[in-house]
This record gives sequence, C-alpha cells and structure tokens, in this order.
Amino acid sequence: MREITFVKAMNEAMVEEMERDETVFQIGEDIARMGGISGATKGLIARFGEKRVRQAPLSEAAFVGLAVGAAMAGLRPVVEVMYVDFVTVCMDQIVNQAAKLRYMSGGQVKVPLVIRTQGGGCNAEAAQHSQSLEAWFTHVPGLKVVMPATCADVKGLLKSAIRDDNPVIFIEHKLLYPTTGEIPEGEYTIPLGQGEVKRTGEDITLVATSLMVHRTLVAAETLADEISVEVIDPHTLVPLDMDCIKASVQKTGRLLVVQEACTRSGFGSEIVRRIAEEAFDDLCAAPRVLGAANLPKPYSGKLEIETIPWEADIVEAIRNMVA
Amino acid sequence: MWPRVLRWSPRGKWLECVKQNAGSYNVRPGYCTSTASKHVLDTGSRNDLGRNQPMTIERDKLIEMLRVMQSIRAFECKARELYEENRKQDWNELRATGTMFCAVHSSEGQEAVAVGACAALNPDDYIISTHRGHGHCIAKGADMKAMMAELMGKEGGISKGRGGSMHMFDPEVGLLGSNGIVGGGTPLALGVAFASQYRGTDEVTLCFFGDGAACEGTFHESLNLAALWTLPVVFVCENNEYAVTISAEDSVAGPDIGDRASAYGIPGEVVDGNDVLAVHEAVAKAVSWAREEAGPSLIECKTWRWHAHCTGLPDRRDPDEIYHWTQERDPLPRFEQYLLGQQIITDAKLAQMRKETNEAVEEAVAFGEASNWPDPTTVAEYLWA
Repeated sequence: MREITFVKAMNEAMVEEMERDETVFQIGEDIARMGGISGATKGLIARFGEKRVRQAPLSEAAFVGLAVGAAMAGLRPVVEVMYVDFVTVCMDQIVNQAAKLRYMSGGQVKVPLVIRTQGGGCNAEAAQHSQSLEAWFTHVPGLKVVMPATCADVKGLLKSAIRDDNPVIFIEHKLLYPTTGEIPEGEYTIPLGQGEVKRTGEDITLVATSLMVHRTLVAAETLADEISVEVIDPHTLVPLDMDCIKASVQKTGRLLVVQEACTRSGFGSEIVRRIAEEAFDDLCAAPRVLGAANLPKPYSGKLEIETIPWEADIVEAIRNMVA
Repeated sequence: MWPRVLRWSPRGKWLECVKQNAGSYNVRPGYCTSTASKHVLDTGSRNDLGRNQPMTIERDKLIEMLRVMQSIRAFECKARELYEENRKQDWNELRATGTMFCAVHSSEGQEAVAVGACAALNPDDYIISTHRGHGHCIAKGADMKAMMAELMGKEGGISKGRGGSMHMFDPEVGLLGSNGIVGGGTPLALGVAFASQYRGTDEVTLCFFGDGAACEGTFHESLNLAALWTLPVVFVCENNEYAVTISAEDSVAGPDIGDRASAYGIPGEVVDGNDVLAVHEAVAKAVSWAREEAGPSLIECKTWRWHAHCTGLPDRRDPDEIYHWTQERDPLPRFEQYLLGQQIITDAKLAQMRKETNEAVEEAVAFGEASNWPDPTTVAEYLWA
C-alpha cells in the first residue's frame, strides 16, 4: 500500500488505461496545460499528445456529443464536464443520445463513454457550482452512475468505468480531490455494482456515497461507545448492490441513507423504496433519508452550512432512530 | 456583385433581392466556391437540370440515382398510406394490442437532397440522419424491407422494432442513426468524423439536418468545433422551408443558412435542393474536400416539404405554394425528363423502373407483415452492452 491523493489516484487510473488501450482519449475544457479544473488530467498532454488529449472550447453540447458519436464509432472517450451543474447545457446528448442509442438501434451500436464531473458543495461556490445531481442520471435507463469516496476506490472504479461498454457518469466530490489515502500497489479494478461495508455494526445501517461516506464514518466513530453503526458505500448507484444493503438491513433492522443531494426525490428515496418493498419485515424502525434542504445552495458559508448534512446532524439522526 | 438571390415568400411570390456586401468566403486555398451552383433556384422549368453541371457521372450511376429517388417516393407514399389505414381502425384496440403504426415524417419532395448527397459517398462513409430520415437511409443503402418492418414494430426491423421511424440504424451501410431530437445529430456527426480522423482513415461523415436544426444551439457549437479541428464532416442542411409549421422566413435570420459557413471560415454553398445533380455536384466537392483532410463544409439545399410535418397533422399552407412546389418543381419528373432528354433512359425503361420500384415497396410491406412481433420477454435486451 502507498498513500497518494484522490486526484493523483484518478490521474494514475487514466494514464494506465490510456497506456493499455489506444482508443481511450480525453476531451474537455482546460484539460491540457492546466490538467483540468481539479488537476486530474495533469501531465496527460505531455505523455499522450494533442491527438489523445483534446482541449475543447466551451461547447459542452458539441464535445459531449462528439464523445458520444466517437464512442458509437468505436473509440473510448473520457470526457470532463467541469461541474455537474453544467450538464444542463449538454443534457440532450447524455439523456437522449448516449443513454438510448444502443437500445434504439436494437443493440447494433454501443456507447463506451465516461463523463467525469465534479459535484457537491461546502466550497462557497453558490447555487450554480455546488449541486448534487446524481438522481437526474439514475432516473434515465441506460446510464451507469458512479460516486467514489476514497482514493483506492476512485482509481479502481475509474478504471472499470473506462473499460465499461456503456455510458458512465462519474461524479467526483470537489472536496475529496486533495484528500489522501492508501491505495493497493499494482494493477487493480473495482467492479461497478459491487458495494462495500466500510464499517461493520449491529444497530443501524447507514448508506452513503462520496463525501458523505467520510461524514458517516466520523459520526459512527463518535457514537462507537453507545451505538454500533454499519456503514455501506455502494460505490455505484446504477447498478446498485442491493444485496449488500439488504443483508445489512436484515442484520440491523434500521436504515438511514445520508446524501448531500436535496432530500426531495433524491436517490436516497429509491434505496428506501427498495428496502420497504424487499425487506419490510426486517425493519424495526421507519427507514429515513437525511439529505440537504430543498433549497439552492447559498453562497455564504454561514448559510450553506445549514443546508448540508454534517457529522453532528448524522449523529442526531442516528440517535433519533435507535433511541 | 454577387448573383441574384431568389427567395420564396409565403404569399406565393418570388421575391428577388440583390445581395449587397456579402463579403468573400474566407476559405482555405484550393476550394473553389462555385458561384455557378450557388443560387441556382429558378422559376421552375423541368428541363434545367445539369445546366451548370461540369461533372461527369456514369450513365449507370445516373439511372441508379433515379431508381433510388423513385424508391424513396414510393416508400414514403406507402408509409403514409399504411398510417392512414391503421388510423381508420380503433386506436384504443390497436394501443391495447401493441399494433399501432406510428406517425411518419414524409420526405416526399426532398428526394433530390438525399440521393444527390448520398451518391457522393462511399459505402464506408457515414451518415447521421434526422426525424425525416427515411430517404437518407434508403439513399445510403439501407434495406427497404427492414425499414418497413421497423415501421410496423417487428423483430425483422432495421432496429429490431426498438427504434421506429425516427431511429433507424444500420452500421453495415454507414447509417449511424436517424434522430428524434432536432439538432441532436450534429454533435454526434462530429464524433463519428473524429473517430475516422483519429484512426487515420479517409472516411467522411455526412450530417443531414434541416432549417429547424439551424436554429438550435448545437448548429453553432458543431460547426465551430468541426472547423477548429478540421473534422471530415459535410453538413448538409436540407432546408425544406418548414419546421413543423413555422416557415424558414419566420425562423431563420439572414439570407441563407449556407452563408453562415463564412463565419467559421469553411466553404459553404447554397444549391437548388430539387436539382439532384446540383446537390450531387456540391456535396461531391465537399466530400472530396473532407477526404483530403481539408475539413468541414456546409451545403444548404433549398427544397420543400410536400406534406404536413407528420401524418396526423393538418397542412394549412397556401394552396398556390403547394401547387408550385408539387406540380412545377417536383424533383422526380425533373430528373426523369433530364435523363429522357439526354437519351440516358427511354420511356419504356422509365415505365419499367417505376413498376419495379412499386413492386419493391410492396415486397417490403409483405416482408414487414410476415416478420414476427418482438418477443415480449426480450423487452430489456439491448439496454446494456
């Protein structure tokens, strides 16, 4: 094991996959000299040249659509959309084109495409640069959705996403980029659709992805002496590892989904629905979603802090459910 | 001084104006923007084809182009008929039994664009088509039998009954999809062209779109990016004067969509879209330009949609306008008369071709009817690769 940053882990994943497969290319805004908004593509231009690292103008519809067309024609594009908030200007290409071309063609084409983008708040970037929009994509059949939490996970999941033959929306949390963590030596991948128990416990199951995994782990540790908390990170929302979540809920009898997205119509509701339908008899308390307030993200940190679940909010929610 | 521009007004009159200060195309050296084929619209003589036509096209190819135009006309006519027949039945019953025949967007009247353009392509070149795409598909070599089965929602359909009229795919003939989203196909065409450039092949991608898509934001983004990256793509704007019911006059600013090419520093031409040879000449030049790695170009083909936006919608356009385009400017007899005049075909041959074309469409209908319905248990197939 060795310790590297989240963003370096992503960079390694992309370098390895570009070395491995010549059809993989990068496309997005400011990905060449600057290395992308996060630095994830740093050095790729020097290593692979302009042919495979295509810095695009501010034309999300055109370059995302280009990637979809190129994928249909046999390449494996990795697209960077600078903020998930910007998908609004290329949503047709994702929802009506990428997600549906294979099905509409009766299986004659496939779209092996990764769209990397950053989501999440707590960075004082206000309402148009702080959203958590994963539920928009999980609602559309034909898209896979990945939300990694740790350095080891992001590398293994990004490599799997690039090798996947389907369109994958890969949402990175902007606060995680500089975090560090241990990753395995050598080649490894983490399959899409395989969740992980991040902490074992007996009294309650917490399900979270991305930044919220870290906050739930802190909350679980805070309560270690009084409540035994199990934390599950499904890694991917589509496909969703329901077996992993269900097995945990069958053990603990309680489910709390923690999400940074607005609570209303978020993906947490979907997990609660599945558990209500598939494991109702195992529950000893009503399942809950702890999410963000149904508001645009305010700019002022003093206000934004009120809208997103923090460790203390999670601790309180757990206590309410277990008491 | 630029050539005179003749424009159609919704009041049924030709408006004549003179382009002032149109500027010069800022294109790379080597591409001759033909002023001869620009603005060749005229007042409707049927024997004017090939007037400005310096290309030499093989006799057999000319006959094949006519055959494909006839096929498109017959296919579209039959598709409308089938819809109308289906419509006469109890739709609640058809809905309940899953046997509805979807509305179709007929390309009758626009055959010269599809055929003139696709005749300039090689079998391994690609097209991206539109919601009004049957003609493009047939012209690129798609099988009418599979297309008709697709309209019927059958397993033997060109997209196995999963796509329908607006989503026909056949990668074997370079058809990478017609598209139900106006303006949705132009970015895809960039990607297909990009893949050819990336691999170092000499394939060209031809992107059909209409006057409606020229009003979408993707038009600008796509031409800008294609020009920047010298992508081997030919944008063929099939300006049929109407986007659903709004006329181009009421929706497209500026004199001609083709003129927008100059804003991107790429070649652009405006041709009579009802003159199959004029379309062919312009597109062939654009395809060579793309194949020689010189980049994209934009060809606007001025044509006219014969029917309402789609079956089931009323057509409230001016009767004089309808008469003019369907009776005086029909691209099919224009080409037939030209070929007769050039003694490339005879009346007997023409009659025989029409008969064979109609038979081919009837065979397509029979094939579609005989094809199996998709197995309901396979509904989730093809979602994931």
